Amino acid sequence: MYDHLILTILLAWPLVAAAALWLVPEGRAKHVALVAALIEFGVSVPLWWRFVPSGGMQFDANVPWIAGWGISYHVGLDGISLFLVLLTTFLVPLSVLGSFTYITKRERGFYANLLVLTTGMIGVFVALDLFLFYVMWEVMLIPMYFIIGIWGGERRLYAAIKFFIYTMFGSLLMLVAILGLYFIVGSRTGTYSFDYGFLLGNATGLGSLAWWFFGAFFLAFAIKVPMFPFHTWLPDAHVEAPTAGSVILAGVLLKMGTYGFLRFALPFFPEVALSPTVQAVVVTLSLIGIIYGGLVAMVQPDVKKLVAYSSVSHLGFVMLGIWALTLQSVQGALLVMINHGLSTGALFFLVGMLYERRHSRLIEAFGGLARVVPLLATTLTIVSLSSIGLPGTNGFVGEFLILIGAFRTYPWAAGIATTGVIVAAMYLLWALQRVIFNKLDKQENEHLPDLSWREVAVLVPILAGIFWIGLYPKPILQRMEPAAQHLIDTLRPGAQAALK
Amino acid sequence: MNLDLSTSKGLMIGLLPELVLTVWGLVLLAVVAWRHKTARDLRLAGWVTLAGLASSAVAVWWLWWNRAGATGITPMMAVDDFRYVSDWLFLGAGALTVMFSFAYLERESLLAPEYYVLLVFATIGMMLMAGGEDLIVIFLGLELMSVCVYVLAGFDRRSARAAEAALKYFLLGAFASAFLLYGIALAYGATGTTNLSMIGMQVASLGLAKSPLLLIGLGLLLVGFGFKTAAVPFHMWAPDVYDGSPTPVTGFMATAVKAAAFVALARVLVEGFSATAAWHSIVVGIAVLTMVVGNLVALAQRSLKRMLAYSSVAHAGYLLVAVSAGSPQGNAAVLFYLAAYGLTSIAAFALVAARGRGGESDLQIDDLAGLSIDKPWLAFALAVCMLSLLGFPGTAGFIGKWYILLAAVSAGKGWLATVLVLTSLISAGYYLPVIMAMYMRPVPFANAHAGLKFGRLGLVALAACIAAVIYFGVLPHQLLVLARDSGATIHPASLTAPVAGN
Repeated sequence: MYDHLILTILLAWPLVAAAALWLVPEGRAKHVALVAALIEFGVSVPLWWRFVPSGGMQFDANVPWIAGWGISYHVGLDGISLFLVLLTTFLVPLSVLGSFTYITKRERGFYANLLVLTTGMIGVFVALDLFLFYVMWEVMLIPMYFIIGIWGGERRLYAAIKFFIYTMFGSLLMLVAILGLYFIVGSRTGTYSFDYGFLLGNATGLGSLAWWFFGAFFLAFAIKVPMFPFHTWLPDAHVEAPTAGSVILAGVLLKMGTYGFLRFALPFFPEVALSPTVQAVVVTLSLIGIIYGGLVAMVQPDVKKLVAYSSVSHLGFVMLGIWALTLQSVQGALLVMINHGLSTGALFFLVGMLYERRHSRLIEAFGGLARVVPLLATTLTIVSLSSIGLPGTNGFVGEFLILIGAFRTYPWAAGIATTGVIVAAMYLLWALQRVIFNKLDKQENEHLPDLSWREVAVLVPILAGIFWIGLYPKPILQRMEPAAQHLIDTLRPGAQAALK
Repeated sequence: MNLDLSTSKGLMIGLLPELVLTVWGLVLLAVVAWRHKTARDLRLAGWVTLAGLASSAVAVWWLWWNRAGATGITPMMAVDDFRYVSDWLFLGAGALTVMFSFAYLERESLLAPEYYVLLVFATIGMMLMAGGEDLIVIFLGLELMSVCVYVLAGFDRRSARAAEAALKYFLLGAFASAFLLYGIALAYGATGTTNLSMIGMQVASLGLAKSPLLLIGLGLLLVGFGFKTAAVPFHMWAPDVYDGSPTPVTGFMATAVKAAAFVALARVLVEGFSATAAWHSIVVGIAVLTMVVGNLVALAQRSLKRMLAYSSVAHAGYLLVAVSAGSPQGNAAVLFYLAAYGLTSIAAFALVAARGRGGESDLQIDDLAGLSIDKPWLAFALAVCMLSLLGFPGTAGFIGKWYILLAAVSAGKGWLATVLVLTSLISAGYYLPVIMAMYMRPVPFANAHAGLKFGRLGLVALAACIAAVIYFGVLPHQLLVLARDSGATIHPASLTAPVAGN
């Protein structure tokens, strides 16, 4: 019973909770939301044990939705989506807890949006019907749009609409591609269906159409990731969003792009995705993203913007790992997706905490904080080091796996990407030095309060995750391996065909 | 139930909905002649109208339930599901308009119950257009509808804008009618008949597909329908007329009148001209122009009512994409989209009507600032409308757009589908600012939105619209099946089909 209902419960519960929020007084909303998010997390945890690594798609539920058009409510999990779902349910309660003092107006609405967003995010990761996937992909736009637009910073309106229109641009083209795929496969086989497995099994020999379809999917996902020339919405959205919004954006929403590549763009159109041209383009853009993101991060006067640009860099690693298509690199890419959710999520939390204390995010406003707020400074140092990829933290494992994996496929690219790690060290350590070390030369900074118990409760679970993955990643890698291997096995014939 | 249309009994049964509504219209005229002074009389007329629309809808339902149909080629009026579903659209749009008009007419002190009489006769005209199997019937229906709507547009006699709107609408509408009539004449000249199915058979059997006379006639017909559907470049009248008319009338024009023109267009093209391939590329061209121009110009509007007027032009473009498919799926998409767009658009115009004063044309988008704080439910309703017009998942507007895209893709017009999604992306640029103003801007001053009031009946209608928009966005299956089955009932007559009646 659990196996077939669990995903539906995970999807429905946040919606129920969001509706229930309107029944409680405004001041209680945050507590109710926290309890709801914790229950959600609690329900999702058993997935970890019940998941069978070699079992392919599991926990599936399949109910006809719009039967006459081959649309069904079909959800399921495999080794790729398992961790993204767990990451989502893990980050949401922390985001709620982290917003307790940050969000002071229209609280009910904020937490309701956050919960609806949870449904959308989980929906994207578990949907096994392309129509359902598209619906979830779009649905999660609205709560995020509201979160940025209502509770964001000064330029929130601009950032919100930019975020919305960028994402919608890609996804609308994807919708046409999905419909084209549906129609072509349907007219060939006589069965019109949006089912993932069915379309995947029959989407062969599309000829030049595959290029168009891949292009549409690519654009949708590349904007979301974001890859280099499509990244301009990201700094605005991240900087203007409230802390919880930034955490969810960086932690989960960006992963939807890379997840989309792994789940749809690559398996559906391997000949195109792995043709030399596309390989060259993707690898080049990833490298540009890695280096350019790091260099731009380095010159940011605003800490939040610095973290935002570091995302461009980290996601470049993920894209490189996916396209390198070796077991290590794909596993590394999956791991970096999680790591980035933890480390960057924690960085955004910490920046938010600094902002709440000082009402500034400019690096120059700080300095010498280590003496005033030692706990906060220590946490910031640890998290920064994990983001750089110091051995013993999660960042090291992921990026190392990507680099050794990619070295076999693209030795040159791996070499260039390695410098990205150095750039990361440069911008983060330099920022760290200016924020928490140096001289304590600003009067305003002399009496900042250190972390409260609530803030400690937000950060400790993330720190635990950082060290766990850094020191003993085996249980995670074990669960990923069959799915990653399966992906490579299905793609490799296509890759070889493309290379010949 | 098979109707023998050559007997008067069969004909009466086939025309039952129109007859019922006509009788109610006459009753209403009598009521209005006796009682036409106070607000109470106005309400009475409104309730009589609602009763008339409802009983006509029941008559349509009865025909639909009994699968009333006729074999072979029907003279004058079609008896098929396409007509029934279209009739429901008009009757529903009419009923919603009546419900929203109750409070509006009293507030604007337009205490003339003839308003409802005109509305009923306009609806009868639409029903004739949707069922017209003969170009002459379609033309008569169109004129009946148009004349009533010309008057409705200028119903606020004290408003100069309304007078301008009515005059403009009348002059350009008369032009359009002339084009249409000339087109009918030329089509008759080429084929010797005005019956749609017969035209189709003549074109096929006599090889008239390239006949210049017929092509010019078809072109003129398209111009006439282009005016009525407000397709670019025949849309010039629409923004001014929509802007100047009383807002519930604008809602009625943007939904029911437009729907009537579209279903008639679909029937004419599919039944009469499916052998004439020329119209496909013309309609595609007009569709692209309409989508691009409608969306781009809407982007520049600051007045909410005018923005909705231009957006209605843009939606005509999406509908033309469905028409251009020329397939049963395209016809089904037209029906579904009209239903989805109608529900959404009428609700949106009703909200504009409730917020504004004296014609509402001075209501700016920014005037809605902070509405979500003062009136959260009405802000939610308008937000749902905007998202549905934008075609966002979870609303009926998305399913409608999806269905049109599906029709376009399966007709091999993937590029047209791409144009559709790209132009609808532009529409995010003017629908989102409405949401933005309501949710993300502060209330400018205390009691800024105190004037936003709905009558009880209006609130019921609004709640019904919004609930339907969401319901058909999440569980659209039944409505999709209805649209699919009805869309398939108009098709070119086969050459061997017997002629029913004479």
